[in-house]
Amino acid sequence: MGVTALKICVCIKQVPDSWAEKKLTAADNTLDRAAADRVVNELDEYAVEEALKIVEAGEGEVTILSVGPVEAADSIRKAISMGAHAGIHIVDDAIHGSDAVATSLVISEALKNRDFDLIIFGSESTDARMSVVPAMVAARLNLPQMTFAKKVEVSAGALTIQRQTETGYDEVKSSLPAVVSVVEKINEPRYPSFKNIMAAKKAPLETLSLADLGVAASSVGQANAWSAVSAFADRPAKPAGTKVVDDGNGAAQLEEFLVTAKFI
Amino acid sequence: MSDVLVLIEQTKGEVKKVSLELLAMAAKVGSPVAVVLGPGADSTSGLLGEHGAKKVYVDSNEIYVNQIVVPTVTALTSVINELKPVAVLVPSSADSKEVAGRLALTCNSGVITDASDISADLSVTQNIFGGATIVTSKVTTGTPIITVRPNSIAPVTGGATAEVIALAVTHESGSTSVTNRVAVAKSGRPDLSEAAIVVSGGRGVASEDGFKNLIEPLADLLGAAVGASRAATDAGWYPHQFQVGQTGKTVSPQLYLASGISGAIQHRAGMQTSKTVVVVNKDPEAPIFDLADFGVVGDLNEVLPDLTARIKARK
Ligand SMILES: Cc1cc2nc3c(=O)[nH]c(=O)nc-3n(C[C@H](O)[C@H](O)[C@H](O)COP(=O)(O)OP(=O)(O)OC[C@H]3O[C@@H](n4cnc5c(N)ncnc54)[C@H](O)[C@@H]3O)c2cc1C
Repeated sequence: MGVTALKICVCIKQVPDSWAEKKLTAADNTLDRAAADRVVNELDEYAVEEALKIVEAGEGEVTILSVGPVEAADSIRKAISMGAHAGIHIVDDAIHGSDAVATSLVISEALKNRDFDLIIFGSESTDARMSVVPAMVAARLNLPQMTFAKKVEVSAGALTIQRQTETGYDEVKSSLPAVVSVVEKINEPRYPSFKNIMAAKKAPLETLSLADLGVAASSVGQANAWSAVSAFADRPAKPAGTKVVDDGNGAAQLEEFLVTAKFI
Repeated sequence: MSDVLVLIEQTKGEVKKVSLELLAMAAKVGSPVAVVLGPGADSTSGLLGEHGAKKVYVDSNEIYVNQIVVPTVTALTSVINELKPVAVLVPSSADSKEVAGRLALTCNSGVITDASDISADLSVTQNIFGGATIVTSKVTTGTPIITVRPNSIAPVTGGATAEVIALAVTHESGSTSVTNRVAVAKSGRPDLSEAAIVVSGGRGVASEDGFKNLIEPLADLLGAAVGASRAATDAGWYPHQFQVGQTGKTVSPQLYLASGISGAIQHRAGMQTSKTVVVVNKDPEAPIFDLADFGVVGDLNEVLPDLTARIKARK
């Protein structure tokens, strides 16, 4: 660990509970957020945990940032209750329906000039699943993109990660500040302690609008997105398959199915 | 015909099958132009032409593997500015999705990820929410940048010799450097995200030995890739590289054989679009049966060895 205190920002997203069934809204083809409980994107919890581990190994402060509707404040406090120190909530009606391009713009504008040493994301959100916002934020802030980390090491002004790849991992180095995203194998997120839950209720939460950030409403929101959904439909239900109970004959029946379907 | 740019994924000249699929997808929309980067790139143009590429832009510079994502974005941006293609297709891998994201910014273009189909008017089909909902969308600004899932279309052969163009790109000094590459030993089995058949095991397989003795032999007889649920990779029974699901690989094989897997929503997210699903599970209520074309309610310790022996006997 370096001698100086680290300032870390963790960007989180409030999403519908991934265990619940998700639906799109017919009115505007966006996610129906009322249809499911709202939770912190599970993959962001690994980002919060990693940030806390880094500052606990030395010294520093962890700030939670989220762009989202009024209710997202609950998720920010939930993340703070893991042990973080402060929150930034960017909320503005105009943001509804924004694409990744606009979301990354809002996050970057909120982060610039704040001197964070590390900006940490989860590897993707469980609802949109695009996995592009961390890379876009790195590009916009012109910072090293250190994404898909399964291990993170910070030492005096330098960062080393193990970047998960299709075949194993790459060791990658960069300087600080940097933008990091972490995969779920990196750690085991902690449960909030009672003390931290109480502290989170009083933690400072900065609430900012697009005007506060100097972002024009015309560059965000569904109407200004660079891609648009034109239609959606439920996947046609699969006709019920055959189900047999193994009475010693199960493998033979399965074999027959595979033969008929020409797999063997 | 208008050019459609395709980012080819390759390692030391070995082209990934998804890249050839993307050339076939590009041909539905326009004239496929391949961009192939990194060491080995210069040995691929024959194969790419054969699979429908009309032109191949090549740069074998090491920089593409020594830094994360940025050099690839720089190269693609320069080709896009020169050619003004009608669309850019990249594979839906972690790396290439990040390339797509950054490309959207350098080209002021909309990006759509995880397409399963693209039509001639550039409408994109996606399966979202783990395959439960089918969405049609379109990029409305700039050059559409689309990431395409593996196994969405069959590669097409019979193409002619492609025109090869050496790409000269000026790169800025990078901010990341790859200092070491660690690969898990190659198994000789087909690549998980590209395999036609996947034999997958979960918590019910119960141990590392279970994978070795029950799952792998069956996979090898079928010429299949091995997959695993998160419960199995978390337990250390099988490496994470083989995890199927939301935080693992997304697969769309002809046949997915799931044994000892309950079918949690996060697992289904990675395999729901498989053409045929076969299940072995001792719990008749396991949600995975909802997806099964054929399901056996039974103990995998009985069913799998018997099935393996039967298939072996047929050969
Ligand atoms: C953010 C997040 C991301 C996730 N990402 C993924 C992911 O990418 N992939 C993934 O798979 N999961 C993922 N999960 C985990 C997922 O929720 C489930 O916990 C996991 O898929 C369960 O694995 P399983 O089906 O093997 O185990 P279980 O749910 O425990 O099911 C085991 C099944 O095996 C059967 N069984 C047991 N013994 C036998 C036997 N002898 N013979 C036959 N059947 C037997 C049981 O009946 C049961 O149905 C994720 C979870 C979260 C929160």
